[in-house]
Order: sequence, then C-alpha cells, then structure tokens
Amino acid sequence: MNILVCVKRVPDSSENEIRLNREGNDIDTDDLVYAVNEWDNYAVEEAIQLVDKVGGSVTVVSIGTEENEEILRREMAMGAETGVLLSDPLFEEADGRKLAAILSAYISKNNFDLVLCGAQADEGGAQVGGMLAAMQDKPYAALVNMIEVLDDNKLKIGREIEGGSQEISEIELPCVLSIQTGINEPRYVSIRGIRKVASVEIPTLGAADIGFTDVPLRLNKLEYFQPELGEGAEMLEGSEEELADKLVELLQAKGGIK
Amino acid sequence: MDIVGPAQFVVLGIKTQIFSILIPVVALVLFAYIISKRLIPLRRAAQDERFNRFGERLAQIWSLWLLQVKQPRYMLAGVLHMAIFFGFLVLMLRSIALVFIGFQGDFQWPFLDGSLGVGYTIAKDYAATVVFVACVVAGIRRGIVKPPRYAVPEQYGKDHTGEAVFVLALISVLMISESLFDASKLVAGGEVGHFAAPLSLAWFFTGMLRGSSTELLQGTHIVSYYVHDLTFFYFLCFLPFGKHFHVLTSFFNVLFLRLDRGTVKPVRYGLAKEELDDLESFGVKKLEDFTWKHMLDFYSCADCGRCSDQCPANAVKRPLSPRFITIKARDLLFKTFPVWGQPQEAPALIGGIYTEDEIWSCTTCGACEEECPLAIEYIDKIVDLRRGLIDEGMVPQSLQKPLNALEKRGNPYGKTAKQRGKWIEEEEFAQTVPVKLLQGGETADTLFFVDSVGSYDDRIIEINRKAAQLLHHMDKDFGILGEQEKDAGNEIRRFGEEMLFQEIKEHNTEAILEVAPQEIVTTDPHTFNTLRKDYEGLPPVRHISQVLVEGLAQGKFSLRPLEEKDLVYTYHDPCYLGRHNLLYDEPRQLLDALPGMKRVEMEKHRDRSFCCSGGGLALFYEPEEETRMGVVRVQMAREAGADVLVTACPFCLINMEDAVKIAGLENELKVIDLTELFAEQVEFVPTVAAAV
Repeated sequence: MNILVCVKRVPDSSENEIRLNREGNDIDTDDLVYAVNEWDNYAVEEAIQLVDKVGGSVTVVSIGTEENEEILRREMAMGAETGVLLSDPLFEEADGRKLAAILSAYISKNNFDLVLCGAQADEGGAQVGGMLAAMQDKPYAALVNMIEVLDDNKLKIGREIEGGSQEISEIELPCVLSIQTGINEPRYVSIRGIRKVASVEIPTLGAADIGFTDVPLRLNKLEYFQPELGEGAEMLEGSEEELADKLVELLQAKGGIK
Repeated sequence: MDIVGPAQFVVLGIKTQIFSILIPVVALVLFAYIISKRLIPLRRAAQDERFNRFGERLAQIWSLWLLQVKQPRYMLAGVLHMAIFFGFLVLMLRSIALVFIGFQGDFQWPFLDGSLGVGYTIAKDYAATVVFVACVVAGIRRGIVKPPRYAVPEQYGKDHTGEAVFVLALISVLMISESLFDASKLVAGGEVGHFAAPLSLAWFFTGMLRGSSTELLQGTHIVSYYVHDLTFFYFLCFLPFGKHFHVLTSFFNVLFLRLDRGTVKPVRYGLAKEELDDLESFGVKKLEDFTWKHMLDFYSCADCGRCSDQCPANAVKRPLSPRFITIKARDLLFKTFPVWGQPQEAPALIGGIYTEDEIWSCTTCGACEEECPLAIEYIDKIVDLRRGLIDEGMVPQSLQKPLNALEKRGNPYGKTAKQRGKWIEEEEFAQTVPVKLLQGGETADTLFFVDSVGSYDDRIIEINRKAAQLLHHMDKDFGILGEQEKDAGNEIRRFGEEMLFQEIKEHNTEAILEVAPQEIVTTDPHTFNTLRKDYEGLPPVRHISQVLVEGLAQGKFSLRPLEEKDLVYTYHDPCYLGRHNLLYDEPRQLLDALPGMKRVEMEKHRDRSFCCSGGGLALFYEPEEETRMGVVRVQMAREAGADVLVTACPFCLINMEDAVKIAGLENELKVIDLTELFAEQVEFVPTVAAAV
C-alpha cells in the first residue's frame, strides 16, 4: 500500500507565552521553535504501522520552504521512506483551500492508495483534508482513530463521535482520512535517527513540477487579538497554590461548593 | 589393627585406586567442557575495558571478596555466608589433598609438615564443623523459615528454594564424609600426633566409631572417601548450572568490577564520538550486545535478593526487580548457549525477557549496586537497554515531550532560553545579591551552574537565590551562564539519549570554558554528578554543601539558633550526592553546626538512603506503581520521629513536598532544602554600599 501523509511545520507554542506581532494579525514568531504538527505525527506513525503490516511505502509531503526539511527528516527518521518538499514562491501565501489545491496537484501526478492528514493543525481550521478529498473526488473520513486493512480495496475505520461513542465504517480505497491524536503512540525520534537520514536527498518540487495553477485566496486574516475581559470575568493571579486558594474562596462565596 | 586408604584398598579383586584416578580425570574433562561452553557467549559479547588499574582491583578483592565486607549488612545471612566462605577457603587445600590421597596414600602438602600441618588439621576440622552447622542453619532458614526476600513473584518464574536447599545438602554431605574419612582412620589407629580437634565434627564421629570392628572402620573409611570424591566432583560440575556458579565466578566478578561511582559506560568501548553515528545499532537489544563483564554478572548472581530488597522501584511495586533483571538474563544465556548442543537463536530482550516499563522504571539510584556482595552492575545495563529502546523509538509518550524540548530548547520544560537567567533580575533580590550574567566576555572565578530545574521552577529558584546570597556573603566572585546554559544532562544520558547528551555536553563545555572559571558550584546533585563524571576538561565542580562547609571552617558564618526549639530534624541523602559521590558528611556537618539542632537518622540513611523517585526526566515519567517512592520516604521520616525532613537536591525537595501532601502529613512534617535552612540561620551583614 502506498501511503501519502501530508505534514505541516508549526510553531511549538505549548509552553510559551504567545505574543502578537506588530501588525496585530499574527503571532510573533521570533522566539518560537518549530515542530511537526502533532496530529500529522500520529498520521505518519499510523502509516508506518500499516506498511509494516501489509507492505508498501510511506511518503511524507510538506508545503513550505527549505526550513521544512527538518520536519520531513524527522518523519523519515521514524520510518517514512520518501520525503517531498513542495516549495514555490507561489505557495507562500495560502489559505486552506489553496493548500489543498497544491497537495491535490501533487497527488494527481502520483499514485497513492491512501492519503492521510492530521485532523487539524496550529490554526485549527481542520479543512485541508476534506477539501483535498473533494478536489480528488475520493471518499473521506475525518477524525479517524482506528484503521484496519480489510483487503486491497477496503479499510475498516473507526471514528470517535460525540459522547465518546465509536463509529465503525468501511471505506473504499483510494481515500483520504484525517487522523485524530491517540490513534497510536508515535515512536520517538532520536538525534541519531535524524542524523542517519541527514544526507538523504529530499526532492523539492515547484508549482510547474506538479502542474499547479494558482487559485485566488478566499480567506484573509484580518486581526489577531486577545479577547477583552467580559462582564463578570476575572483573571486570577498568583502561584498555583494561591490560585487554588482563591478559587476555593470564590466558589465558596458564590455557593459553588460548601 | 590398621586399615588401608583408597590408594591401597582392593574390592572384588579390583584396586580402588583406579576409581581414585578415573573420577577426577573424567570430572575435570567434563568440567573443562562445561566451562568452555559457558565462555562462548562471553567471547561473542561486546567489548569492555577491565584489564586495568590492578592495584585498585586487588584492593576490591581484598575487601569485597576475601573479607566479605558487604555480607554483614544482612546480619544472619551474611554471617552464615561468611562461615561457609571462610570454611571453603580453609578446606580448599584439604579437598585437593584428598584427591591425591586417593591414589597416593601418603600424600601431604610439602609446605604443611610438622606443627604447621597439625595447626592446619585443627583448622580444617573446625572449618568443616562450622560449614556444616552454617549449612544446617541456612537450610532451616531457606527451607522452613523462608524469609520473604527469596520469594519469586509469579511473573518471574518458579520458586528457587529447591536449588538452594539441594546445594546446602551437598555441602553438608561433603563436610560429613570428610570428617568420617578422618574419624574412621583415627579410631583404627592413625599416625602419631594426629587427633580430631575437640568438639569438631570429626571429634564427634571418632566418639561414635570408637569400639567398632575393623571391618566397619575400613568400610566407613573407603565409602566416605568415595562419597566425598563423587560429591566433590559432582558439585564442581554442577556449579555452572545455577546460582552456585558464583562460587567459581565471584573472584573474577569482583576483580573486574566497575571501579568508578556515578559514571556511565560509553556506548561502545574504543569508539570515538564521531564513529558513533556509523554504528548499525545502538545500545543493548539482544543478549550479545551486553559486554562480557555484564554477562559475567549474570553468571555470578547468587540470587540473594538484596538488590531487590533495597530497590525503591520494587518497594513501590513498579514492574522492576533488579534481581530478576539478572536471573532472567542468566536463564536466557543458559538456554541460548546450552552446554549440550548448539547455540540457539535468542529473542530480542525487550518483549522477550524484559518489558519496556521494567527498563524505564529504574531511577538509577544505585541502591542495588551498593548492596550487591558480588558487585553486580545494574545502572550501566539499564542505560544500555534504554539506549536500545531510544534507538528503536520505543519511548513512553510522557518522556518524548521533555526529550524533544531538551533537543529544541535545552530544557525539559520547553521554556525559552531567554527566560533562563531571568531569576536573578527580580527587583528585591537583585538589589541585595548581585549575580553576574556571564555573557559577552564577562568572566568570574566561580561559575554557578544552575541547571534547568533551578532556572525555571519557582520553588527551586527560591533555593538558588539563597545559594547565591550565601555565595555573595562568602565574597565569591560568581555568576551564571544565563541563556548560554543548557540542561547539564545527567538524566538525558541515563535515560539513554546519548547523542543528545553529547550535543548538550559539547555546548555546555564550550560555554563554561569561555568564562574560564576557577571552579563550578551547583546546588543540584544531578548536575554535580554529570559535570564531574560525564564531562571532561572542566575546572573542579563542587556541591553547595562542600562550599558551605568550607565557609564554616573559615568562620564566614555567624549562625542564629534555630527558632523552634522542639523540632526534630532528619537528613535525606540524595542518591547523586550520597551513593554516587560519597558526600554523606558535609550536609550533616552543616546541620549540626546550627545552634539548637536536634537531629535523628532514618533507618535508611547514608548508603542505604531510599530514593524519592528520581530527578530530571524521571520527574516526567509516569510509572505503574502502587504508591509513590516519595510517600514511602516521608513516612520513614515520620517513623524516625522527625518534624523536618532536610534534603540537598531540588528533585528530592519537589518529590517529597508533593509526597507530604499526598500522605496527608502537611501538619506533621515539613520538607526543606539544606541551603534554605542554613541560609535562614545566617546573620547576613547588609551589603556595603561602598561597592560604588
């Protein structure tokens, strides 16, 4: 089974205070370090495990600049055979639909049985997978947390739906799936693992190589701001213990606990 | 009336002398064959560097092997073992002589004639008696009393009592037959000057045999000889099949033991750092990846259970028992390299005999190694196995995040480097204690290596501010690396991510040498250990307790009496300060210097200290366990009657402050850091404004 996994390079913002940039329409990226989008990492692990079971190969593709090579190598160190970078000045500004269109152009030039995307990335749009499936005219399932290969043409997939229930479906190959975290336990990539693939060449393809014709942006970011305190909202400050004490006090005062 | 020995005896027309020659020859050939088979895995094993520093090695043989210094740590078992061991040493000459007597009746060691010979006869009579009595007591202990230490939990296989009791019986048979052989000869009229030492086993047998017929004496003499001979050679060939292999291997295991504390073995001996990248595989994944010394460890384990009895992970029911790390590997060695037949294909260690959780459960506290009377190593094996796990990507999710953060940002919390030196900027602190930021060419005599937890954790920052205040008070010219400092990496290395450790070490070394300090001071024993043991070319590294003891000796501190007179203090030895670096006294000296100090020791203290659950990356690992080590430890402090538990490690403080809350002891036990406690009692002179 030939599997393509689309991966995105995102700022690792988990432990860091995010500041806005001067224009106020994005976050300040100066102090940030980047990593592969967490959901995509699960997708790559899933692809590797599938290939371990049924054979085939895993390709990872990312849109961006040569800075993206680092995350591609990380995924290759996990076990993806090929890394492909889609890079072109034309790709620089893109909304979800354009990203899907670029990926779709690349996929049309190749032959994949299965395309995996992370369910969402840093911006929380969760839209590329669905649009990509539509552009490719392939069946699609979102938030997949279980994949089982039934035969050459069919997968059994599970999705967690509201209330924690599990939905099980069959889906025909080739198809596009967006992967939910928790589907597996992604393996660790050691420094040595990355070094081992450090010299593997990563082909860079531009718009012309994949036959991409520009699509106009339909989504423009206007502003980025922290919401103002609403009426009745209060930010507690202090150490963890002080916070807990204040919270208990407040809850008691307002009758939340006795 | 006289009887003949086995060299002259004839039965059914056959001279028994033939058997006296045949038995040793066949047995020795068999023994040589068995040992040659047992050596096969050692020859296929990874390299190790142990043929060095023989002076130090002989000193270890002297104390650990010959004097058995570790044995009395478990009093009854230890004394029994020492009795059997010393008895064996004495009886060795006699046993060999007996073999020769079988075909040369008048054999005698040339150096044991005259009074020396008489002396030796007395000594060996008592030795045999002592060994016999020890075997009987040990047999009762193992077979009837059954101390819980020897139990084999279900997941680790079958009970080992049978083997233990069987060997004790074999030894008893040896002692009885040897004494009977002598006694029958003595009663029948031995050589002049020979007698059985009073109250010895031989003496009792002489009494019993006195008045017997010559035939009975003759029969007893010959039968006891061949019972001894057969048992002796059976025992010799039986040794390499079980835990009594240690009788043969212990000498070599102690001779080649790891001489340094707190260190970690290289990934592969004799390989430069640059060559590590080219290695096909990393760490230990299959049996042959262990070094020959580590295999010798497996052979040498006497299954005494002391390691697991001391292991804090085992105590809180994590899936780790050091004893079975060894026993399982030994059994696999025996199975894979059988004495009869060709070597087999061995399974991967992880998934075969070990589980991932088992290997991650170790805090590298070193309690097992400290206890082992045979100097079996565990930490290096655990680290090697982890290197293998890291190489295969088999790392728990709870550890992946901090490892990735260490790679990207040089600290496990994922905080930015810019924030690292921020703790010195707090207004009130900065006004009283100037700490140099050693960047852009700024230098200082003393480098205060703060490390990650001390740079980002609010509680530990408080302690480091106190440490800085004390350094300032001692007029030290000191500073921190700030943004240029990365995690020192004690746990990065010990959790098996060697290449990340090498990168970080290189970075830190460069940053430190740029400042060109005379010395490095740290409050964190883990930092202290790794800078001392894993780095090269650095100036001397000292823990803050050493610096403070020096200040105390120089009279730099005027100390106020402790405010609360009734409080009882106890000191918890951090593993990386105590066991791994032998700093037991300095912290206690500091405590005892505080006027009004009332201090008690916990039952487990100094080299038997009980790990609080580990530092660095161990803080992130989520083990399966019944309770937390820290909780067990704070309860020990309460049992000792302490109101205040003092430690000298940031991680011990974090773990035990948490544990006090979990155990519900907030009102009974306070946890405090040594530096903090000491600083509270120091009369600080206000900073002289004349520095302007």
